[in-house]
Amino acid sequence: MATAATTQQQRAAEINVTVRKQRSLWRDAMYRLVRNRAALVGLIVIAFAALVAIFAPLIAPYDPLEQNGPKQLMEPIWTQFFGSKFTDPAYILGSDELGRDILSRLMYSSRVSLIIGLVPVSIVLVIGLTVGMLAGYVGGVVDDFLMRVTDVVYAFPDLLFVIIIVATLRGTALGEAYDGLLIIFVGIAVVNWVGVARLVRGQVLSVKNREFVEAARAIGAGPGRIMRKHIFPNILAPIIVTVAFAIPGAMLTEAVLSFLGIGIRPPTPTWGVMINDGFLVFSTTPWPVLLPSLCISIVLLAFTFVGDGLRDALDPRSKM
Amino acid sequence: MAQQLLEVKDLHTQFFTRDGVVRAVDGVSFEVAAGETLGLVGESGCGKSVTALSLMRLIPVPPGKIVKGSIMFDGADVLKMDDDEVRGIRGNNIAMIFQDPMTSLNPVLTISRQISEALELHLKMDKSEARKRTIELLDLVGIPSAKKRVDDYPHQFSGGMRQRVMIAMALSCNPKLILADEPTTALDVTIQAQILDLLKNLAREFRTAFILITHDLGVVAGMTQRIHVMYGGKIVEKADTAELFANPKMPYTWGLLRSIPRLDEHRKAKLVPIEGLPPDLIAPPPGCRFEPRCQYRRDICREKEPELVHIPNSKPDHEARCWGTQQGGWLVDTDWHKEVGDTRVLEEIKQEVAQLPPEPKPGDLPPPPPAI
Repeated sequence: MATAATTQQQRAAEINVTVRKQRSLWRDAMYRLVRNRAALVGLIVIAFAALVAIFAPLIAPYDPLEQNGPKQLMEPIWTQFFGSKFTDPAYILGSDELGRDILSRLMYSSRVSLIIGLVPVSIVLVIGLTVGMLAGYVGGVVDDFLMRVTDVVYAFPDLLFVIIIVATLRGTALGEAYDGLLIIFVGIAVVNWVGVARLVRGQVLSVKNREFVEAARAIGAGPGRIMRKHIFPNILAPIIVTVAFAIPGAMLTEAVLSFLGIGIRPPTPTWGVMINDGFLVFSTTPWPVLLPSLCISIVLLAFTFVGDGLRDALDPRSKM
Repeated sequence: MAQQLLEVKDLHTQFFTRDGVVRAVDGVSFEVAAGETLGLVGESGCGKSVTALSLMRLIPVPPGKIVKGSIMFDGADVLKMDDDEVRGIRGNNIAMIFQDPMTSLNPVLTISRQISEALELHLKMDKSEARKRTIELLDLVGIPSAKKRVDDYPHQFSGGMRQRVMIAMALSCNPKLILADEPTTALDVTIQAQILDLLKNLAREFRTAFILITHDLGVVAGMTQRIHVMYGGKIVEKADTAELFANPKMPYTWGLLRSIPRLDEHRKAKLVPIEGLPPDLIAPPPGCRFEPRCQYRRDICREKEPELVHIPNSKPDHEARCWGTQQGGWLVDTDWHKEVGDTRVLEEIKQEVAQLPPEPKPGDLPPPPPAI
């Protein structure tokens, strides 16, 4: 009996060793992120918004540009319970001043926001990483030159700079391309890469003097390899967090530009364009302004939650 | 004498700082034969580590610069190579084991990826080959169930295990020379003994030459064939290990030996520290570098620097840099166990030390940890 028990214990110990999961840094971080309730909600909201954006043509009840004269300025259907006489079951969220379905317009708007969140931020990331890495790792004259350029761009007030770029180039071919989308990409990228470049440079400076970098040099790794394989993975966490915050920033910039009338050209629906349109009839009914504002707020909040969650999850000191 | 693996001649490494030129390594010459283990001993800040980094051209430029000398490794001068050639040597022919295994491993890469890197770089192995070799190496350095642990991250290893990983990394390409810079300083005493044992066995098994850098004479005693004592950027005594412990010929070495506890001493015997601090390498003393702290000093020590010469009453390859123990010096027949020097001089030194400002210099190295 006793021997049987010990062999069983031994086997358990063996199994325990073999069963022990290998947890990578990233899997750990993912686990922590999902355990964070706010971040989880944020992720779900973002996923939902992304699905709506991708499948907008399939699920939208109307064409977002289709006008219906007699059915102008319908209010959302729930308002009938509060005494509104201008509702129509066909327009769940009501219609705008030209009789276009607000729900369909909101759905199509999320496509623009999604693209604005992804493309300029990718450009920002590429430029910022390249400049920051070079400046931080090479140092010396290269660092001085790149950082002075960065400082110059950084000195302009962000939004004003974007407005100037977008407004001046609006009449050109670049400004016309894709309903003004391209010029917004350029504007956001030109302004925002400096922040990433500075962050990356600072991170590289702090990592490049750590001993494992010297150890990598001691086994014969060259500068390119050290930057890619040893420094980059170590500075990835703050970069991911920055990106998570840069995406809603870019979306907001687009909304502001469109609201000011220099962003995406109407009639292409974006949340900013919708607020701009709705503003004219705000005294009659607030819904054409409120609903797109709500969408912006919710998506931005979701990204902020995820950004916060990522920052906590990627902090190596918070061990589970 | 057989062909030397490494011949360092008159090496000068300097750091150009705002306060002045720090002569961290000031005319160091030594040789290492294939398969030999050499100990470089000295306090913190005396140029041991800089010497080791110079050998691999890892001195950060600027502010550092190797201004003079030659480093002949396997028939080629490391100092005349271009960057690609030096990278071809690093990790491949000369490898390094760093002091602190806690910070010398990249926290975001698995052990397997870190060890494989050198294999892929130098031996052009593909991923699966490199992985197989990595597991062999981990087995070799005594990491239990290596197969399961290759994919672990550094934080999942203890300090001693990480140092084994560092050793495995150093061994990966079968280098001819391994520089071990205080490989056991950051470890527990029990682990120290294990790591030293491991290094000794590996040195014997692979006939790898080692340069073992330490401030702890106890560490080098059992490991090395020869010991060079460094002080203030210079080698002050060269001897083979047994000779150095039995018949040291330099007051600094005497001081080091006196500050180690010994089992054969009387229990009440006190450890005698060396008073004062290592010299400022920006403006070193004009004469003998150890003169300001030496209890046996005379006027000549302050005026003229002694050469590293053969010492009478010792083995033929025993050299020291001291006026007193040279031919005709006043310390030739001194028994360092009994005569601790002039007590009057000791008082002088203590007073001089007391007059020093409490913080010698910002950025100065902390005082050396007590030798175990």
